[in-house]
Amino acid sequence: MTATLTPVKKRSALTKGQLPKWAPYLVLGIALILGAAVLALIGFNALGWGIVSAVFFAVGLVGWSAAVEGSRRAKDKLATCLVVGAFLIALLPLFSVIWTVLVNGLPGLTDPGFLSTSMNGVTGAYDNKSVEQGAPVVGGIFHALIGTLLITVLATVISVPVGLLTAVYLVEYGNDRPLARAITFFVDVMTGIPSIVAGLFAAAFFFAIVGPGTKTGAVAAVALSVLMIPVVVRSSEEMLKIVPNELREAAYALGVRKWRTILKVVIPTAISGIASGITLAIARVIGETAPILVTAGFATSINYNVFSGWMASLPTFIYTQILNPTSPSNPDPSSQRAWGAALVLIILVMLLNLGARLIARMFAPKAGR
Amino acid sequence: MSKRIDVKDLNVYYSKFLAVEDVNISIEPKSVTAFIGPSGCGKSTFLRTLNRMHEVIPGARVEGEVLLDGDNLYGPGVDPVTVRAQIGMVFQRPNPFPTMSIRDNVLAGVKLNNQKMSKGEADALVERSLRGANLWNEVKDRLAKPGSGLSGGQQQRLCIARAIAVEPQVILMDEPCSALDPISTLAIEDLINELKDDYTVVIVTHNMQQAARVSNKTAFFNIAGTGKPGRLIEYGDTHTIFSNPSVKATEDYVSGRFG
Repeated sequence: MTATLTPVKKRSALTKGQLPKWAPYLVLGIALILGAAVLALIGFNALGWGIVSAVFFAVGLVGWSAAVEGSRRAKDKLATCLVVGAFLIALLPLFSVIWTVLVNGLPGLTDPGFLSTSMNGVTGAYDNKSVEQGAPVVGGIFHALIGTLLITVLATVISVPVGLLTAVYLVEYGNDRPLARAITFFVDVMTGIPSIVAGLFAAAFFFAIVGPGTKTGAVAAVALSVLMIPVVVRSSEEMLKIVPNELREAAYALGVRKWRTILKVVIPTAISGIASGITLAIARVIGETAPILVTAGFATSINYNVFSGWMASLPTFIYTQILNPTSPSNPDPSSQRAWGAALVLIILVMLLNLGARLIARMFAPKAGR
Repeated sequence: MSKRIDVKDLNVYYSKFLAVEDVNISIEPKSVTAFIGPSGCGKSTFLRTLNRMHEVIPGARVEGEVLLDGDNLYGPGVDPVTVRAQIGMVFQRPNPFPTMSIRDNVLAGVKLNNQKMSKGEADALVERSLRGANLWNEVKDRLAKPGSGLSGGQQQRLCIARAIAVEPQVILMDEPCSALDPISTLAIEDLINELKDDYTVVIVTHNMQQAARVSNKTAFFNIAGTGKPGRLIEYGDTHTIFSNPSVKATEDYVSGRFG
């Protein structure tokens, strides 16, 4: 009786042969200390510390697990270590890029007038003055921001109808006909076109029909469309394909014509995926440099007209500021502007990706009682 | 507002494959006709030829005549869309439109065809159709909610309401209860009993008790073997088919000896 009154705290028979919950943390701590010790012998650096510690952690945890828990669980732990390790390695460049751009770009971005002025009239003399006498860096990216937005909007206006209608043809009317198969094949080929080739195509096309040396925002928009259309076709096609056939049949059975079924049942059901696919396609082309270099030229002043005159864009702005600094003897202000523009570009792409998620959620068919 | 269907020498093909062979049948107005038979015997295929829904499948075609009150559905110049507006269909799995509310689902046949309708008329049509489908009392307080939030049986009755909202002559039902529980099945069967006062109802079912419960006439389909075409074996009053069939295969099937 007395034995049952004072229950002995013992581990359940079902959890026998398991490492305690805190085991990974203990191994991690030891691995970090050991890693630091090893690195101290050969010269300390953070990356090396991380790698050596990670190896120690994996070996330690898997070895301990093999000793206590047996080989199946040890293999499980090894696989977990590999998966998490691969994930961290994949994240490393991303965080490194974001960090570098943030650190280098913030001084430029916080410069007064950076977002609201252009490079019109900004000469090397100003940059020399700012470096030698500490005057604020003048000049900004307003012209490039306007150019990027206008060119991208025009490219979207061209690509979305073409891409969406192509996808509708492929899914609803193609029926695996030779024409549909040819379109699918050429869309795949288009996906692989190098962006500079798209730029050269658009430039040559406009040289031929408008006149030699035609470089405007519209030419750049056509070049970007060549890159964007296959992405829009592909993503829209996938989205239209997953609309259940039962919904089409339900509409047909009500005596609804095919084009109305597509317009009012199929596309609304798939709109969230289509819209987010389009947004991602925009994010894909907004940072293109090469096609804009050969189609829109380099501008330093504000141009609101995509159909005449050279136009700047964020990627070409970065390119020229780094390659041909405004003041060749003092390139630092130019480099600061380039990093600032890079930060703005990354922020734009992130906003577009966030927008894609919001759009997908907004348009998704609502379930609820 | 219900019409009779007469089928004459109908063959149904999927490309070169003959799926259903030589069907002759007369379906009476204002009655329930059940198609029974083992899986793959072509009863669903045949049902879909009655409103030209089989044409949705690439390569499907028919030979022969389907007469709706004497008008051949497959005559030259006949628009399948007109046919389907007169012969509605309810499918095996409930398929309300996920982007639409309950109300819009009922009005789908009107709205998708862009017919103009005043709000009062629309409200009356929604109530009439939902009452006709025995669903009004369950959903009248949440007509603006999505149709996908209803239970399976309610969704199926919503689909029936959607089908009768376009006021067809005939309603085809392709195993309408096979995805439903017994209670929902009972609700649908009661509904079928009421629908036959106004419509010609044709129902495909795997459930022989269901055929015996709801139908006035029963048609038994069978195949000789895989790869062979399905055939109409026997057609007659449901009572006769289940109690005194004239063909041995029918008797074996309805008494559960095979299938």
